[in-house]
Amino acid sequence: MAINSDVLVIGGGLAGLTSALKAAREGADVRLVSYKQSSLRHASGLVDLLGYTPDGEGPVTDPYAAMSDLHDAHPYQTVGVETVREAMSMFDEVTDYRGDHTDTNALVPTHGGTVKPTARYPTGAAAGLASDDRDVLLVGLESLVDFDAPHVAAHLEAAGVPFDVRGETIRFPGDLQADAKITRYAKLLDNNGEVAVRGRKKGARDALAERVNTIHDKEERVGFPAILGDAHTDAVRAALEEKIGADVFEVPMGPPSLPGLRLEDALFEALDESGASFETGNPVVDFDADGDTIETVYIEKNGARIPNSADQYILATGGLVGKGIESDRERVEEPIFDCHIAHGEDRYEWFSGDVFGDHSFASFGVETDETLRPLTGDDAVEFENLRAAGSVLGGYDFAAEKSGSGVSIATGYVAGENAAAEAR
Amino acid sequence: MAQTPHIAVIGGGSTGIGIARDLAMRGLDVTLVEQGNLTHGTTGRMHGLLHSGGRYAVSDQASATECIEENRVLRDIASHCVEMTGGLFVKKPEDSEEYFQKKLEGCKECGIPAEVISGEEARAMEPHLAKDVDKAISVPDGAIDPFRLVVANAASAEEHGARIETHSKVTDLVIEDDEVVGLEVEHASGEGKRIHGEEGGTEEIRADYVVNATGAWAGRIGDMAGVDIAVRPSKGVMTIMNIRQVDTVINRCRPKGDADIVVPHETTAILGTTDEEVEDPEDYPEEGWEVDMMIDTLKELVPMLDEARTIRSFWGVRPLYEPPDVGSDDPTDITRDYFLLDHDERDDLQGMTSIVGGKFTTYRMMGEETSDHVCAKFGIDAECRTADEPLPGSEDFSVLRDYMDEFGLRSPIGRRSVERLGSRADDVLKTSDPNPTVCGCEGVTRAEVQDAISQSGSDLNAVRIRTRASMGNCQGGFCCSRLASELHGEYDETIARDAWDELLQERWKGQRHALWGEQLSQAALNYALHATTQNRDNDPADGEPVDFAAFDSGVSASEASGTADVAADGGTRNGD
Repeated sequence: MAINSDVLVIGGGLAGLTSALKAAREGADVRLVSYKQSSLRHASGLVDLLGYTPDGEGPVTDPYAAMSDLHDAHPYQTVGVETVREAMSMFDEVTDYRGDHTDTNALVPTHGGTVKPTARYPTGAAAGLASDDRDVLLVGLESLVDFDAPHVAAHLEAAGVPFDVRGETIRFPGDLQADAKITRYAKLLDNNGEVAVRGRKKGARDALAERVNTIHDKEERVGFPAILGDAHTDAVRAALEEKIGADVFEVPMGPPSLPGLRLEDALFEALDESGASFETGNPVVDFDADGDTIETVYIEKNGARIPNSADQYILATGGLVGKGIESDRERVEEPIFDCHIAHGEDRYEWFSGDVFGDHSFASFGVETDETLRPLTGDDAVEFENLRAAGSVLGGYDFAAEKSGSGVSIATGYVAGENAAAEAR
Repeated sequence: MAQTPHIAVIGGGSTGIGIARDLAMRGLDVTLVEQGNLTHGTTGRMHGLLHSGGRYAVSDQASATECIEENRVLRDIASHCVEMTGGLFVKKPEDSEEYFQKKLEGCKECGIPAEVISGEEARAMEPHLAKDVDKAISVPDGAIDPFRLVVANAASAEEHGARIETHSKVTDLVIEDDEVVGLEVEHASGEGKRIHGEEGGTEEIRADYVVNATGAWAGRIGDMAGVDIAVRPSKGVMTIMNIRQVDTVINRCRPKGDADIVVPHETTAILGTTDEEVEDPEDYPEEGWEVDMMIDTLKELVPMLDEARTIRSFWGVRPLYEPPDVGSDDPTDITRDYFLLDHDERDDLQGMTSIVGGKFTTYRMMGEETSDHVCAKFGIDAECRTADEPLPGSEDFSVLRDYMDEFGLRSPIGRRSVERLGSRADDVLKTSDPNPTVCGCEGVTRAEVQDAISQSGSDLNAVRIRTRASMGNCQGGFCCSRLASELHGEYDETIARDAWDELLQERWKGQRHALWGEQLSQAALNYALHATTQNRDNDPADGEPVDFAAFDSGVSASEASGTADVAADGGTRNGD
C-alpha cells in the first residue's frame, strides 16, 4: 500500500520548501521528500531577486522593474512579476529577513571583498549594508581562511564603498585547533561556552568582545565572518553589540554557510507548522506512469523501494549543483522522470572558454508551460500532474544574474499553488 | 677570458634547470632564463612517470638503460619528489604472448629488475584491474612530481650562486663575429621574482657560452642564430582522474599505441597518452575525442575508469629529435634519446650548444653530459656531483617522523605536507602562528603557501606548482580566494586581485576537457561560489563606479532619513 498525499514535493531546497509550504497553505495534504543536503548549505543565505540583467547590465536597483524586460523563456516571465511579489510576501511572513520595506536592492559586502545586489538579507547582515554610509571595522580570525579582514577591507575600498573600512585580524579566544570547523565557533558563541584566556575562564562572547575592543576605534559597525552562533544568533549578536558598543553584522560566506542553514531551519519550521509531512535522506529512484499521469514514485530506503503516490508532483531537485540535472559525455538529463533538457550535442558547446563567460551549462534545465509543467522537445507536456520549480528550470543563469533565490521562491510558490488547485 | 666563465642557459624545464644546477655546482657562473614559470613548457605537462625503462626495453634499449640508471639516482637524490609505486606491464588475452616474452627479455638485457606475476597476483595488488588480465611483468616504475623536482633543482642552483630569471623571454641572441656572446631578454615584471603590475624591461645578458635547453622550442632559438634545429614536437594528451584508481603504474604490454598507461600521481591518477607530431609547440588542437580515447581505451585495463570522474586534461609536447638522415615518418618511431648539438662543429657558429630530445627521467644525465661539454670548452676539469648530492628537501629523510605532534597538524595533512617538503619540513612548518589548511583537497597549509610565496613573488600559479594548492578535486573552487588573501599583506590589493583572476582563468582552462558528470556539477558549484556568493564576475573594483546612494541602506536608515544630516555628521544612531 503506497503512502498517499495530494501533493508530493521532491527536493528540500528553497524551491521545494516554498512549494510545499504554499501547497499546504492552500489546504492540500503535502508530503516532501529530499535526498542529499540541500544547496542552501552552499548558499550565502542572501535572497537575491535580480542583480544583473542577462546582458550584464547592473547592479540593478529595482529588480521588479528589470524583471519585466527579461526574455519570454525566463522563469520570472513565466510566473509574472506580480506573482513574484506575492511569493516574496509569503517568504517575508515566515522568515525574519530584512529588505521588505522597499523594492530597491541593497548592496551587501561579500567575503570576497566585493559588494553584491540583493533583495532580502538576514537580520544578522542588516547592519553591514555597503549602501549604508557608516564606517566599518571588519574583524577576521587568524585561522579562518575564508575571511581575511584586511584583504576584504582593502578590496571594498577599491570597490568605492561610501565609508571608511578597516580590517583587523585577531585570534579567537580559547585554544581552538587551527582547523576548527565553522560550527565549532558558532557553538561556543551560542552557549557562551567557557574559554581560557591567559589562564582565566571566560564566556566566549565576552572574551571575543574584549579582544575586539582592543582594536575597535569608534567605528559604528563591526563586521565578522558568518560564525556568530547558529541556534541563538540573535542573542550572540546582541551580546556583542552591547559589549562592543557598535552595531554588529555578519558577512555571508561560502560552504558550510550558517546563514543558509539558518534559512533552511526557518523554512522547515514553517513547513512543520503548516501541517505538511517530510522525510529526508532518501532518494526517489523510479516511478510508474499511466500515459502522461504519474501514479507512483519509489523512494529507496535501506535497500527497499517504498512507493509514494500523490495526485500532483513537484520536481524541485535542483540544477547541476544539486544533482537535479546530471550529465555524461554525450547527454544532459533530468534523472528521475527523464524530462527533456535542451543542450548542445557536443559537450564542448556547454561552456565558454572564459571563467566568467556566457556558459550554456548555467542555463541547463527543463522548459515548462505557463503552469510550470515540464515540456518535451516537441513542446508537449511531459506529465499532466508534474510541475517543476527552482534550479531544475532552464532559461536563466542564476549565478550571473544573482536571481537564484528569487526564482526558487517564485516558481516554488506557483508550483505549489497550481498543484494544490489541481489536487482539489 | 674571464677567470670564471659565465654560462647562459635558456629554458627552465627539467633539462635547463638540471644543467644550471650542475654547472653551478662545478663553480661556473650561471644565469638561467625561462619565458614562463619554471616547468612552463613540457616539464609541467608530463604524466609524472619515473620510468624504470620498461616502456623502451624492446624498442629503444639505449634509452631503457639510461632510464633505469637515472631511476636509481633520482630515488636517491630526489626522494621527496618520488613515490616508488612500482609498475606493471599487464597482458590481456588479445595481447601478444611473443611481445610479452620480448618485453621480459628486454628488461633483463637492460638491467631492469622484472618479474612475471599471475593475473590473480596482479589483481591482489590492484583490485580494479580487469578480470581478464592474464599476467603481468612487475618493474620499478614510480611516480615523480616534476614541479617539485624542478623547484628543488632551482633552489640548489641558486644556493650555488646561479641566477634564475623566470617570466623572462629571450627575444634575440647577441652574435658577434660568428659567435653567440649573449641574450636579449625581455622581463615581464622586472628582474627576480614576478610581481604583478611591476614594470618589465629588457636586458642584455652577456655570456661566455650559451646553452639552448628549450626542448620543443629549440628551433625558435636556432632561428635567432640562423641555424636549423629540426625538433619534431609531438603532442600527447593526459587526463587526470579525481582519485587514484590504481596505486601502481599500469602499462599495457603491447608494442606501441595510444592510451596505454595509468600513473598514480599524488591524489590523482593520470591517463596517457597519444603521440602525434605538431607544427607549433604552442598552438595545436586539443580535442575532446583524444580525452574520450583515453577513457574508452584504458577502461579495458581498469574498467571503473568508464564511470570515474576526471578533473581536467592537458596536453604536453615532446621535444623529439632525430638526426636529419633518419627520417622517421611516425613520431612513435623517433628515438627518445637525447642529442647534444654543438653549433660550432655543426654550423660554424661558436658559443652555443643545443640539447634536444631526451626524457624527463634522464634530465640529470643530460645535464651532466651538457655540463661536461661546456666545461671541456673552457678546459675546466670539475667533477659532476649531481648524482651524489641530494636536492634540497631530500637531504635527510629522518624528518619523516612524528610530524603530527611536531607541527600540530592533523595526521593526513601533516603527512602530505611533510612528503612534499621533505627535509625542509622543519624550516617551513615550524611556526608559532596558527597554521590552518588553505587548500583542503590537497591538504596545503598556510605555512607552505607562505613559503611558496616567498620563493615566487605574487604569481599564484607558481605557488600552485610548488604546493599543489588548487590542483585537487574542486580545482580551486574553494581556495582561489584564500590564496589571494594569503598574498595580500605582502602585496597590495590590486596585485592580489590580478593574481587571483589569473589563477581562476588558469584553473578553468584545463577543466574544459572534463566538463560532464561530477566535474560539471563541481564547475557549476564553483561558478555559483565565485559569481553568486563572491560576485567576482561583476567586481565593482574592476568595473564602472557604483552609485551606492541609489541602493537600499536598510530599514533603520530609511526611518532615519529625516535626520540624515545628524547621521552624516557622525551623530549617534540607535539602529533597531
